[in-house]
Amino acid sequence: MTGLHARRRRRVNAFRYVVFTVFGLFFLLPLLAMIRFSLEGSTGGSWSLSSWGQIASYAGPPPLLSGVEITLELAVITCLVVLALLVPTVIWVRLRVRWMTRLVEALCLLPLTIPAIVLVVGLAPIYRVIRQQFSLSALQLFWVYAVLALPYAYRALAAGLEGVDVKTLSEAARSLGAGWFTVIWRVIVPNMRQGVLNAMLLTGALVLGEFTIAYLLLYTNLQVTLFYVSRGTPNAGVLFSTSSAALLFAFVLLLILSYVGRARGRQSERSKVSK
Amino acid sequence: MAVTTPSEVGAQPVRAGRRPLLSSSRLAWTGTLPFLGYVGVFLLLPTGIVLWDAVHGSSGGFDFGAVSTLWSSSTRSYFVNSAELSAITSVLGAVLGAVLSYAVATGNPEGLIRRLYLAGSGVLAQFGGVTLAFAFLITIGPTSGLLLHAGWFYDFPQGIGLIYVYFQIPLMVLVFLPAMDGLKAQWREATETLGGSAWQFWRYVGGPLLAPAFLGAVLLLFANALSAFATIAAWENQISYVVPQQIGTALSSEVGLSSVNQADVLALGMIAVVAVVMTGYTLLQRRTTRWLR
Repeated sequence: MTGLHARRRRRVNAFRYVVFTVFGLFFLLPLLAMIRFSLEGSTGGSWSLSSWGQIASYAGPPPLLSGVEITLELAVITCLVVLALLVPTVIWVRLRVRWMTRLVEALCLLPLTIPAIVLVVGLAPIYRVIRQQFSLSALQLFWVYAVLALPYAYRALAAGLEGVDVKTLSEAARSLGAGWFTVIWRVIVPNMRQGVLNAMLLTGALVLGEFTIAYLLLYTNLQVTLFYVSRGTPNAGVLFSTSSAALLFAFVLLLILSYVGRARGRQSERSKVSK
Repeated sequence: MAVTTPSEVGAQPVRAGRRPLLSSSRLAWTGTLPFLGYVGVFLLLPTGIVLWDAVHGSSGGFDFGAVSTLWSSSTRSYFVNSAELSAITSVLGAVLGAVLSYAVATGNPEGLIRRLYLAGSGVLAQFGGVTLAFAFLITIGPTSGLLLHAGWFYDFPQGIGLIYVYFQIPLMVLVFLPAMDGLKAQWREATETLGGSAWQFWRYVGGPLLAPAFLGAVLLLFANALSAFATIAAWENQISYVVPQQIGTALSSEVGLSSVNQADVLALGMIAVVAVVMTGYTLLQRRTTRWLR
């Protein structure tokens, strides 16, 4: 019996190594090619870091740094808006209006089924109003980016709230005289930090890679800037250094997320044991 | 006495907190108003605008003339191309992604390989955008490829299809891995104890269990490829092959077109197709949860 298992285990392992190697090559080759090209010097085959230095200095057209700045600012603003909007809602629904759980969940997941390319058609008239009434700045994109981030943020927050005994915590806090604001932001949120952090990481990664809506609403964020650089000078090294940097940044965000998720899992296991 | 006091003190604010406004569950739902309002304005309203504009002429009355252009041969060809590209890349991505999911699922759930593949999948599946087109251009582009100079790089569907598969496989890993993880080792052991071979396990146990999840994932990948715009725009922005590209063109050059609301009509067509696909996905998903998870 154990012989059978050992043999199967060996076969599965051999299969796994082959699969990981083949897929690893398929996924890594384009990325490595991009990085290799970004490190190419002025003559073919040489190595240089100049393309990476150009991320800060590339004057365009269009200037790269402003695209980077806009996108980073958008990431921060979008994170804050998503949290301000979703955290109280998710907790409130859990505490007081459980019958709305399905509705809120459905609304949050809806952006997954309405393609961005469809949404942008309907957004065009709305953004015409925003441009006329409020501001021309590309930062206004946060309104719709928060919607795009809803599915990811909702799932992260809902998972974060799963292990929290919301009812007991809120009753305890209320009985000590806390208002609902204190209950939500100072009692429950600290218990779901990991969920909040996950939501922020995913939202940040999303904003970093967004192109469709910005491009079609005629705003210039990082991806749109890269798009125009590629139209003008398709072989600019800076194109590939910046693209690699953005992808690596998103990858690091999600890798952090995977470790944070584990820390939380362990914590809840511990608390189960102690009970 | 000293024992009872705290409970009395503790109980009072609760009563005090139960002011009619806060405790009345009739009004408690108003706490979700900011959320509902936001989603209403930036998600439901745009969708409504698309649907409304698609069936209204410039005069303001109902006008299904524009919608009927969905059946014109030029528009149909965009949908056919979209369907072709989505079908090929979703099936290919699903099969390859399922193989990769199996390899990931059989490994250590806390291991580094799983972590790297999951984080990498998240980035490539959801946040790649235009970058993926650049990466392939520099790898196999017709003149700039470092690996090879592929003459078919700008051919439809194989050139763009390869790039789509590159983000479809990671998405498959993300959506299919939970189902793979749900496949219990005990089922495999039970099969073996009863003398079943690996083939028999996959044919009679694992395959039927995973089939709904797999088909659902194919549909999800189909919808994903159908709605992708960034990658194909960066790949080729002169010729429109698929619906999203044509929506982009219609949006950015609204003046020159015969009908003003062509973007709305195309978007309506997309909504219809995606709605059908996602309904199928939801039904299969329900079926999946019966055994797995």
